[in-house]
Amino acid sequence: MSAPDLVVESQLHTLERTPGGLLRLQRSPLEGRALKSGILTGLTWLAALIAAVPLFSVIYMLFVEGGSRLSWETLTALPPSAFDLGGGFGNAIVGTVVMVGLATLISVPFGILAAVYLAILEPDSRLAHTVRFLAKVLTGFPSILAGVFVYAIMVVTMKSYSALAGGVALAVLMLPTVILAAEQAMAMVPKKMKDAAYGMGCTRTQVILQVVLPTGASGILTGVMLAIAGAAGNSAPLLFTALFSDYYLSSLTEPTASLAILIYNFSGMPYDNQIQLAWAASLVLVLIVLVFNILARLIGRQKY
Amino acid sequence: MAAQPFEHLAQSGSVSGPPSGGDYFLDRTFRGIAWFSAALILVLVAYIVLEIGGKALPAMSRYGLGFLTSTEWNVQTEQFGILPQIWGTLYSSFLALLLGGLFGIAIAIFLTQDFLPPRLAAIFRTIIELLAAIPSVVFGLWGIYVLIPLLRPVANWLHEVAGGIPFFGTSLSGPGLAPAALVLAIMILPTVASISVDALRQIPYKVKEAAYGMGTTRWEAILKVMLPTASSGILAALVLGFGRALGETMALAMLIGNSNQISLSLFAPANTLAALLASSFPEAGPVEIQALMYAALALLAITLIVNAVGLAVMKFATRKFEAER
Repeated sequence: MSAPDLVVESQLHTLERTPGGLLRLQRSPLEGRALKSGILTGLTWLAALIAAVPLFSVIYMLFVEGGSRLSWETLTALPPSAFDLGGGFGNAIVGTVVMVGLATLISVPFGILAAVYLAILEPDSRLAHTVRFLAKVLTGFPSILAGVFVYAIMVVTMKSYSALAGGVALAVLMLPTVILAAEQAMAMVPKKMKDAAYGMGCTRTQVILQVVLPTGASGILTGVMLAIAGAAGNSAPLLFTALFSDYYLSSLTEPTASLAILIYNFSGMPYDNQIQLAWAASLVLVLIVLVFNILARLIGRQKY
Repeated sequence: MAAQPFEHLAQSGSVSGPPSGGDYFLDRTFRGIAWFSAALILVLVAYIVLEIGGKALPAMSRYGLGFLTSTEWNVQTEQFGILPQIWGTLYSSFLALLLGGLFGIAIAIFLTQDFLPPRLAAIFRTIIELLAAIPSVVFGLWGIYVLIPLLRPVANWLHEVAGGIPFFGTSLSGPGLAPAALVLAIMILPTVASISVDALRQIPYKVKEAAYGMGTTRWEAILKVMLPTASSGILAALVLGFGRALGETMALAMLIGNSNQISLSLFAPANTLAALLASSFPEAGPVEIQALMYAALALLAITLIVNAVGLAVMKFATRKFEAER
């Protein structure tokens, strides 16, 4: 291996020869181009570290401020009035669970059926393309507008804020997530499995119910869990559909408390007790959201 | 069902066999329901637009387009206009996009260009995804009790030193544009990062190998080959991130100060369309509700357009690579 010395000296003057006579192809880290690359690498590391700071700061505050206040009383008692000490947010936990449950009951069946249409029945029809596009547009839909919409169709006509209206507003927000995740999960079911079932003389419905849905179940469930996590943390649509209540839920047609609205209301109050409760409620809310996120990851991992 | 060529199979006891009349009926019904569910999305979106538009109609005929350029929001005199809110929405989202976009793209590069071993990259990706899972109100609370106290001395020092520059024209007394935009940037960062990661991952590996083979440094490959190749996907990430910022409500309602003024200053309180809805809607009277519906319609129009543009860009980006493969 003897490279012509001329080339080495005229063009690659920074290259040296090792004792064995081979070219040393490593760049000197101080050479202009390498230096620029090194600086940018450093900046990228810095950006990544800075981006992680808020998450850890939020988690730290939740555990320090919220964790210290967490007790059986805070989890079950009713919210305190202005100057009271103690109290809790049991009714808000119940309200959040009930409304997210309602939203799940409404959005999941419709979402999965719509996904069946998109993924299996008519994937290339004009309706399918339109629905897919609208579902994607709806994922970026401001959540507060779902509240405005449900206020107009339900709160005004029923003349009362209600858990039902809150549930419907959250369902509007969950629907696109469920549809898109379920469609993707069903589209990933191998074609030969479906063809085998068709070959046995199955109708499309039988193929869907007995082959596609069971095979895609974990993917669909992942999407549902993510949608639930999103809905549980979402508060804007509840502001003027469910409003708030200082008492436990007794019927679905009355104003209902939720964790997110409690945090919003208490965060602006000038009383330490309420602010502590807001942190504790935030901790509970984040834990609920995280549990569903982790469930989604675990279910998703099993399959793929 | 006159022609049933496989009739004999039905009696043969085999697992396979022709669908019975009942099966056909169930099939039709089920497919009908699925079609109905899909069509429901169409109906839902149309209903949302019509309902909000319909409720906004009285205010539209009363205030006309002047509503969009008036700066007054006065319940007593029934004078309503949303120019400050539109300004605040666009300004805060733009600032958030500047910061969140920069960091989001940096993180997408960090995750895809072999800066970390794959396992560590997966962990870091999870951290960024968890950032997206934290509810808006919790960020609001964090903003009030952590970010604002942290920001206030810095902001007030900047105001003292460089108060002549319009961006630092006021001091930060509490809630204001800067903390709101910072929190907004944190909230859109995961959106920008994850879509950019997808865009960068779509680039065929041979493109990167070709660049390295030409003797580029890592960053020359990133800046001159990878980023331009992924540019339409990254643009889509930015547009969709912007769309998300426009509609974000709770954190902003808690941090921006809800003050109807137009100011370039980063430390002045401002307002956004979504925050206006959140803070005024629950206590509004019938006339104000109409005006709020008009504001909601404006927000709907802005976000629908931005999101549709983002999706169109994204579609274009994926199509480009499908054609190349």
